[in-house]
Amino acid sequence: MIGIKVVGVLAAFLTLPLLVGQLEHKAMAHMQGRLGPMYAGGFHGWAQLVADGVKFLQKEAVIPAAADAQVFRLAPAAALIPYLLVLVVIPLGPGTVAENLDAGLFFALAVTGLGVIGMLMAAWASANKYSLLGGLRGAAQLLAYELPLVLAAASVAMAAGTLSLVGIVEAWNPWWLLWQAPAMVIFFVAGMAEIRRPPFDMPLADSELVFGYLTEYGGLRFAFMLLAEYVGIVVVCALTTVLFLGGWRGPFLSEELGPLWTILKIFALSFVVIWARVAYPRLREDQLQRLAWQGLVPIALGQLVLTGVVVVAVSGQ
Amino acid sequence: MTDLPGGGLARGLLITLRTLSRRTGTQQYPDAAPALPPRSRGVIGLLEENCTVCMLCARECPDWCIYIDSHKEAQAPVVEGGRERQRNVLDRFAIDFSLCMYCGICIDVCPFDALFWAPEFEYSEYDIREMTHEKDRLAEWTRTVPPPPAHDPNGAAG
Repeated sequence: MIGIKVVGVLAAFLTLPLLVGQLEHKAMAHMQGRLGPMYAGGFHGWAQLVADGVKFLQKEAVIPAAADAQVFRLAPAAALIPYLLVLVVIPLGPGTVAENLDAGLFFALAVTGLGVIGMLMAAWASANKYSLLGGLRGAAQLLAYELPLVLAAASVAMAAGTLSLVGIVEAWNPWWLLWQAPAMVIFFVAGMAEIRRPPFDMPLADSELVFGYLTEYGGLRFAFMLLAEYVGIVVVCALTTVLFLGGWRGPFLSEELGPLWTILKIFALSFVVIWARVAYPRLREDQLQRLAWQGLVPIALGQLVLTGVVVVAVSGQ
Repeated sequence: MTDLPGGGLARGLLITLRTLSRRTGTQQYPDAAPALPPRSRGVIGLLEENCTVCMLCARECPDWCIYIDSHKEAQAPVVEGGRERQRNVLDRFAIDFSLCMYCGICIDVCPFDALFWAPEFEYSEYDIREMTHEKDRLAEWTRTVPPPPAHDPNGAAG
């Protein structure tokens, strides 16, 4: 039984990010009036990411002379593995969850935050000023956006009265879509900032920092860093789905088609992530901080108060 | 729409979505031949029969990319005891397309209509030295030149 679960999580870990990546290739291309990859694999370039993977595999693994080799080597793993661990607690359907933790939400948020350590390791160990600047920006971004992220998640946890992700989905009601709407937006935006997706890619900022903390990376290590970003998209979208969109609950056949609904919602949200990347320019560092501290945090606190009042009012009768 | 707060954000999303729903303008070039306008200026072709080796093209060429070699041949006199006639024979006519800047001056100055714009454009090479194309290749391109446009009927009247 445990074997099936491990294989399932690993399969999701290896396929979903690639599907999101391919979706990004094609959706972004068409949003820009292009076709995107058309040759790899024959049909609309479906094998482009496989070809990219093979290419990355063949490249030389370069470690800069001044770099801290040990940390430099470990950083991609440190960036990737936390997201793999988060996938363990995300319920796909009723009863379809690798590990139903009582404090699943707490676990997910804590481990997602760990992913940033990989970025900091990469930034510091590269011995490159651009990497370091990228890492510092990333750390500042994490500090700013972790707060609204946790506050928004806390709002849902209060509403559901549980920290278990399965429990939250079971307690979910369609009218939460309205009640928890601000929290949902905040969670999604903060999540996007957490995984440093454009328009929140100030730590990468290729026009000013070369490629931020990834500047010195190449070959397979770079591929892993990139994969971490796409697994990050899947994780953030999955968490938003589970917390705010009712997870496996659909308009019909929620019991039978549960996993399908979850996957569908994850991909719809992934599309929004890609959409935002195409539509919006990168936020400047000060704009980034202002959005978090003057926009998201106060709204999240307001949402928390609203949730508290409603929960007390409903249960206090 | 922009008066509302966040209206600009919504409009940004709408623009990308509208582009997504439209057909792209991409031409899949090696698979589909591009639709070139008639009389496209792709390459310069040579009609060897018209060339008199007057060298005007080679002299007028701003970057000296035309190479011409020739010799004179004596023609037997038409009548018995007459003077021999001399005739220019073209040995080599080559254009170095790595130098050519496609100004078309050679075509304009040719007094005998020996040079033409041809629509061919697929003549890239792996080595820059192979970009010098000789007269047999230039003659092939001349065959792809479209016929000249019909006379404008109003042109004669005016």
